[in-house]
Amino acid sequence: MKAAVITFPGSNCDRDLSVAFAQAGAEVVKVWHKETEIPAGVDIIGVPGGFSYGDYLRCGAIASRSPIGQAVADFAARGGYVIGICNGFQVLTEMQLLPGALMRNAGLKFVSKPLALRVATTESAFTSGYEPGQEIVIPVAHHDGNYQIDAEGLARLEGEDRVAFRYVENPNGSVDDIAGVLSENRRVLGMMPHPERAIENAQGGADGAALFRALTQVLETA
Amino acid sequence: MNEPQITPDLIAAHGLKPDEYDRILEIIGREPTFTELGIFSAMWNEHCSYKSSKKWLRTLHTKGDQVICGPGENAGVVDIGDGQAVVFKMESHNHPSYIEPHQGAATGVGGILRDVFTMGARPIAAMDSLSFGMPDHPKTSHIVKGVVEGVGSYGNCFGVPNVGGEVRFHPSYNGNCLVNAFAAGLADADKIFYSAASGIGMPVVYLGAKTGRDGVGGATMASAEFDDTIEEKRPTVQVGDPFTEKCLLEACLELMQTGAVISIQDMGAAGLTCSAVEMGDKGGLGVKLQLDSVPQREVDMTAYEMMLSESQERMLMVLNPEKEDEARAIFEKWDLDFAIVGETIAEDRFLIIHGNEVKADLPLSKLSSEAPEYDRPWVETPAAGAAPELPEIGAIDALRALIGSPNYADKSWVYEQYDTQVMGDTVRRPGLGAGVVRVHGTEKALAFTADVTPRYVKANPYQGGKQAVAEAYRNLTAVGAKPLATTDNLNFGNPEKPEIMGQFVGAIKGIDAAVRALDMPIVSGNVSLYNETDGTGILPTPTIGAVGLLNSLDELIAGLPQAGDVAMVIGETNGHLAQSALAFEAFGIEAGDAPEVDLEAEKRNGEFLRDNRALVKGATDLADGGLALAAFEMAEAAGIGVTLDADDIATLFGEDQARYLVVCSFDQAEALMVEARKAEVTLTTVGRFGGDTVSFGSDSAPLAELSDLYRSAFKAAVEG
Repeated sequence: MKAAVITFPGSNCDRDLSVAFAQAGAEVVKVWHKETEIPAGVDIIGVPGGFSYGDYLRCGAIASRSPIGQAVADFAARGGYVIGICNGFQVLTEMQLLPGALMRNAGLKFVSKPLALRVATTESAFTSGYEPGQEIVIPVAHHDGNYQIDAEGLARLEGEDRVAFRYVENPNGSVDDIAGVLSENRRVLGMMPHPERAIENAQGGADGAALFRALTQVLETA
Repeated sequence: MNEPQITPDLIAAHGLKPDEYDRILEIIGREPTFTELGIFSAMWNEHCSYKSSKKWLRTLHTKGDQVICGPGENAGVVDIGDGQAVVFKMESHNHPSYIEPHQGAATGVGGILRDVFTMGARPIAAMDSLSFGMPDHPKTSHIVKGVVEGVGSYGNCFGVPNVGGEVRFHPSYNGNCLVNAFAAGLADADKIFYSAASGIGMPVVYLGAKTGRDGVGGATMASAEFDDTIEEKRPTVQVGDPFTEKCLLEACLELMQTGAVISIQDMGAAGLTCSAVEMGDKGGLGVKLQLDSVPQREVDMTAYEMMLSESQERMLMVLNPEKEDEARAIFEKWDLDFAIVGETIAEDRFLIIHGNEVKADLPLSKLSSEAPEYDRPWVETPAAGAAPELPEIGAIDALRALIGSPNYADKSWVYEQYDTQVMGDTVRRPGLGAGVVRVHGTEKALAFTADVTPRYVKANPYQGGKQAVAEAYRNLTAVGAKPLATTDNLNFGNPEKPEIMGQFVGAIKGIDAAVRALDMPIVSGNVSLYNETDGTGILPTPTIGAVGLLNSLDELIAGLPQAGDVAMVIGETNGHLAQSALAFEAFGIEAGDAPEVDLEAEKRNGEFLRDNRALVKGATDLADGGLALAAFEMAEAAGIGVTLDADDIATLFGEDQARYLVVCSFDQAEALMVEARKAEVTLTTVGRFGGDTVSFGSDSAPLAELSDLYRSAFKAAVEG
């Protein structure tokens, strides 16, 4: 599997995401935001956490309109796999590759701690390594992770089994405890928690490793 | 443009004393220009010149085989083996944080991160030692919220994990909070960058963000006491942009790979002035600056404003001219300013040109070498009187008094606002003792801690100074790390008062004795004086930041107790309750002497714990709050009860030094006893873990009830 990790100015989890992909056996290429094409042979794009362009204007808003943004959108439109984590999730919603929006946390404070999540669907390349309903612990670290979507959109997400993860204890006010959602074709995942920070026991838990392992398996055999 | 006349009032407004001004006249043989007056005031204020403290700082122990670079550079550099080094420093941003808590604290974090990456190191850990006024003081809540938010906003965006620190509340900080920011970075030991310029006619390059009027005069402000005009000082506080700093970090590290950097210095206090003088002075060269080339954020800036601006996220470098194109391309890639603003010159001159006019022409080396240095009068702090007997209190009520106070309650309200795991190498998050971060790509790890007990320092500066170092040593040891080196952030009141100067001298002597005995040399530091409001000083607060090394994660001690485990204490318990947390929190008593620190015992007990790490599941140092608080914290973290055999307050809450609480399985406990006898170390079984109550002798309470108090008290205190 070949993974491209995008680096925007202000990205600060690009290295961590690259490490997680590499640990799962992927070849990793870093792609700078001023580039306009995704390198050939890439199976999945990772949009990392951080504060792209300082999160000025609105989190993820400027990144979604960056030179590489169009290439990511085209890649997804061709059925490519994309994972956006934290700021990456915000970017993907700003690009409208995923529905809904991420608002300021309900408590108005940055929230950083390991949290229990429930795997809401195993029907995706990202979540097939988990058991249905499995509880996993993954760290969150965000100021704007309060996922909101209108009632119709929410009904659709749930009807189509596109909620990937739910918080066991909601840290930010997200509607329906949503921590991560899938695109209609189930090939784009956005999530606020950081699975790349939970890939080995030295980090306090390795529940995120299964996500990257499953991706590699699915994409290697695809 | 007309520049103001130099009058006695103007001189005083620049914080220069009449005799200091006379010295300027003597050096330059004429009246200074307005810009020159500004430059002198920036270089000679307490913050930049260390004029009151230098004499004493020189006495500190700064050497050791592990030290690659001691004090005097942007940060200290310490060998961690395998060709790598840890680069670290702690610095205060007290005055700005009181005036504008969010930006004051944020730029404090920004400044210390810049100090670290200026030397070629990628920051890998941050900590903050915060001291606030009492929660019921009208300003405290606002300051706590702003400072914590500011620390978080900068570090989180920059992308460095916050792994520890301290938060304390005491009435002496009501009008003068302390924000001491620590940062550590990782570099190759043979690729450290220094500030000394070399070569004549080399381009001096300005990097980073543009210059604005923010912070003009900030260093002078930070060298004065506060009074009721404080609100007028807000414009002297800089505004931080962590996004630009993150870009500057990446651009600088890329630049350093190219061989373009001859020397580099960040622009901190007194910005362009201090950085240019520092580079020239260390290299024995003069510097000529052409201010028209300085990237400017505002129009019509004067030479005076540009030289004194404290705009953030800027660097000054001496460039290898052959690499100019390559260097410029990197900064263009990161959309940062890159401007040649001057050159190094052979003569000893600091020559400032703006709009074809010479705005300043000063002998450069004299700006630092001739800076005033004072041997301030000081008096020994009088020996503390006897402490009164504490009133009667039940053991569990005593614990409630501690854990119900924001000083000893759970601090997750603070650290959950900080990103603690970015970079993916955090092994031990804040909350219990030292933070631990793995050295990326290796099995090694570094441990970090920040400590001081200001009450002790006030009662007995010498013992208090020793204790701060000893506690840092213990916190590192308790996670299995070998303490390597120390940074000190010395926060005191007005040094012109002999009793304050006496606290400073006593603390320095204590710190020196301890860092010698424990082989933790001081490699960097910062002094913050004049921490007074309306004539009342803070508790003397010499914060000690320390770094330890774990050669492998196998050496880590970080386990939590399980039911049936034995609680044991390494070290001797005598029940020293004077100046204790209990005396203050339960009864408001701050009397008597600080506990004595036996450095031999510290060393012996610390080595014993490290040598026998295989026989211990978990460990924590015993500090303020004593055995009872430490045992409660361990049990609470594990979610199980604890029973301590002792029921007397002195044994439970006494603050004797050189002690650790260790958790052992039954078998480990037996074996550890044998080892303790061999090593002639005092080891006592004090209780056991298990059940769902906390019992001290015959007094007990449900863990759940105490846990609720412990976890809600901080928020209740600061949010009301």
